[in-house]
Amino acid sequence: MYVHLKPAFLMLLVLTLLTGAVYPAAVTGLAQLFAADQANGSLIPSADGDARGSRLIGQAFSDGKYFWGRPSATAPYPYNAAASSGSNLGPSNPALVQAVSARIAALRATDTGNSASIPVDLVTASGSGLDPHISPAAAAYQVPRVAKQRGLPVAALQEFVERHVELRQFGILGEARVNVVELNLALDRSTSLKPVR
Amino acid sequence: MTANSLLQITVYVLVLLACAKPLGGYMARIYEDRPAGLNRWLAPVERLIYRLCSINPAVEMRWTDYAVALLLFNLLGLLALFALQRLQGVLPLNPQDLPGISPDSAFNTAVSFATNTNWQGYGGETTMSYLTQMLGLTVQNFVSAATGMAALVALTRGFARRNADTIGNFWVDLTRSTLYILLPLASVLALVLVSQGVVQTFSPYRTVALTQPVTYEQAKLGDDGQTLKDAAGNAVNEPVEVREQTLAVGPAASQIAIKQLGTNGGGFFNVNSAHPFENPTPLSNFLEMLAILLIPAALCYTFGVMVRDTRQGWAILAAMTVVFVTLIFVAVPLEQAGNPALSALGVDQQAQAAQPGGNMEGKELRFGITNSALWAVATTAASNGSVNAMHDSFTPLGGMIPMWLMQLGEVIYGGVGSGLYGMIVFAIVAVFVAGLMIGRTPEYLGKKIEAYEVKMASLVILIPPFVVLVGTAVAVMVDVGKASVANAGAHGFSEILYAFSSAGNNNGSAFAGLSANTPFYNTALGLAMLFARYWLAVPTLAIAGALAAKKVVPFGPGSLPTHTPLFVVLLIGTVLIVGALAFLPVLALGPVVEHLQLFGLH
Repeated sequence: MYVHLKPAFLMLLVLTLLTGAVYPAAVTGLAQLFAADQANGSLIPSADGDARGSRLIGQAFSDGKYFWGRPSATAPYPYNAAASSGSNLGPSNPALVQAVSARIAALRATDTGNSASIPVDLVTASGSGLDPHISPAAAAYQVPRVAKQRGLPVAALQEFVERHVELRQFGILGEARVNVVELNLALDRSTSLKPVR
Repeated sequence: MTANSLLQITVYVLVLLACAKPLGGYMARIYEDRPAGLNRWLAPVERLIYRLCSINPAVEMRWTDYAVALLLFNLLGLLALFALQRLQGVLPLNPQDLPGISPDSAFNTAVSFATNTNWQGYGGETTMSYLTQMLGLTVQNFVSAATGMAALVALTRGFARRNADTIGNFWVDLTRSTLYILLPLASVLALVLVSQGVVQTFSPYRTVALTQPVTYEQAKLGDDGQTLKDAAGNAVNEPVEVREQTLAVGPAASQIAIKQLGTNGGGFFNVNSAHPFENPTPLSNFLEMLAILLIPAALCYTFGVMVRDTRQGWAILAAMTVVFVTLIFVAVPLEQAGNPALSALGVDQQAQAAQPGGNMEGKELRFGITNSALWAVATTAASNGSVNAMHDSFTPLGGMIPMWLMQLGEVIYGGVGSGLYGMIVFAIVAVFVAGLMIGRTPEYLGKKIEAYEVKMASLVILIPPFVVLVGTAVAVMVDVGKASVANAGAHGFSEILYAFSSAGNNNGSAFAGLSANTPFYNTALGLAMLFARYWLAVPTLAIAGALAAKKVVPFGPGSLPTHTPLFVVLLIGTVLIVGALAFLPVLALGPVVEHLQLFGLH
């Protein structure tokens, strides 16, 4: 047994250096060299130099003039990107039904008159609590509300949203989606959308 | 099921199977020390490692020596990881000033990563320093995988050799697995993942401005630091406004690549591969999902090459694939059907071009239903355990599929190395059962299967159900076990059962509502992981030693061919019957009851 102790100890040391120091350092160096933007969090630049968020991380929106994202279960507040979390509510948990009912009520309250059925992704919490995307259907559902709040023509806003739809990767992988953070930033910035007089 | 769903699943399975032969052949050349490119260019590095560690690669080991070397190496790794976690507060590369980990959590995590389970009792971004993630967790991701591959290669030599008393050199198998297989694959995958948006930096967490500030209620504290109470005894809340978002980053891509390739599954962040910085795009998802099953599937071909009959490897791969594909087509429609409790509220769960629909609680929009359910099946078929959706929020039967796949013993592809050696043990049992039925001495790959091998095989097959069922029984009987449950009723029982199924088969995924970072669960699940790993690896090596010593029986008219569809069916039957018989009653108490309650109500 003792004959194996020395190689075991030395082997752990050597492999620790190789896989725990050399490997991650080399990957970091190459990543920073060739893909610094992605390696540092895909930040959204702004005119004043400060980042306006990350293209990959959602933000909480509850103002009627913005498109809302997926509900987030992070604590202590939604979209806390320093502590990712899902709700882990089971399918038969009454708390799930309560949470979804409350979200439906909030959507209906800011958008009276819209009786379309609500796409499921808009009222269910994402796995990470940081999902930046909603489905095109969930975006379309919110167009009448956002148009009204901003005084924009519905058709023009609908077309604006459609331009922000990301299709399946290579036409096959994943799902069609709309990035809520980028869409709202574009909406605030847009000069092409003209309010209805 | 939509046409696109079918297409995504088909592409995934085809690409996986297409990789089996080239990668499997490459690995066989590595283990047999035949020229394979890398093992010639990097040969000086390999020789340097042996020299530094005073190892003579030419010296072969008996199975007992092999087992002792394996156990010692794993024990030292476990101790190092424990110490690193306890001391991280005073060590460098800790930009968030995270404190040392509690003893029970550090024990659990050290065991978890050394045993290739990678159960996460902790939330990565709120607990582990960059140094711990790299020098501790990433290292164990590599070497625990390489340990499994070494044990498999040793068992394979048991079949390939005749009248031999040794089964190889553990240090050589460990080094070659790491240097020529895991490191190159991980380096390439890590860089591709970065290109998709996976973070890889040593900088501290990044703060950015929010477009719309968030306000939330927080309990108000008095001057004494205690929560203030009003006259009625209720806590007083105060509103807090958050104007910034702190983005947790770190050297993630390098760890995620090996966590997937080595069937480890321990994420850099709390929510694992559901986190957009860990799995940002459908392409990154596809590659990570491919990496889960890549090596376990390819090792079947490696096995065939090394026993000089590739048909044997294909037969095992076929058995695994049949079970895998069948369960995909059970799980995906179950999740796509959605939650009847939400249909009652008027929520639209219908899959369309403009929305994934289905049971989206706990799932990411970019992956939708198909990639979430497909991942769940893949990660539990392999003993990977990484998740891209929260299994706890799956439909009752949709969540039962991953649970049952773990309970089958992690042999449908399974962990790197460990999955195939588990499946070979099932094959030994299958030929034994067939031998009893036709009244002949069972043989497998020309080796007589006798009492000793069957006893060892029985240990390998029976220990995981024993650990899972006894662990679950104990946890539901004690208050500390029940207190951690997040969802009441049958689903709460499923949470506990899932935890022990995961630990008792070295998977690592969770019904994560269960608060498992408690002294009880850290200890109980830690022990379950230890038993499940080493009580299986040691009997497997014993079989390897016994087989290597045997002579080869020529294939005769009375021998059972083990590469035919008939044998594939027999092997699947053995796996399913053992899995089904041991776990059907307990599954009836959890997921099945919940399903009947949920669908009966609506």
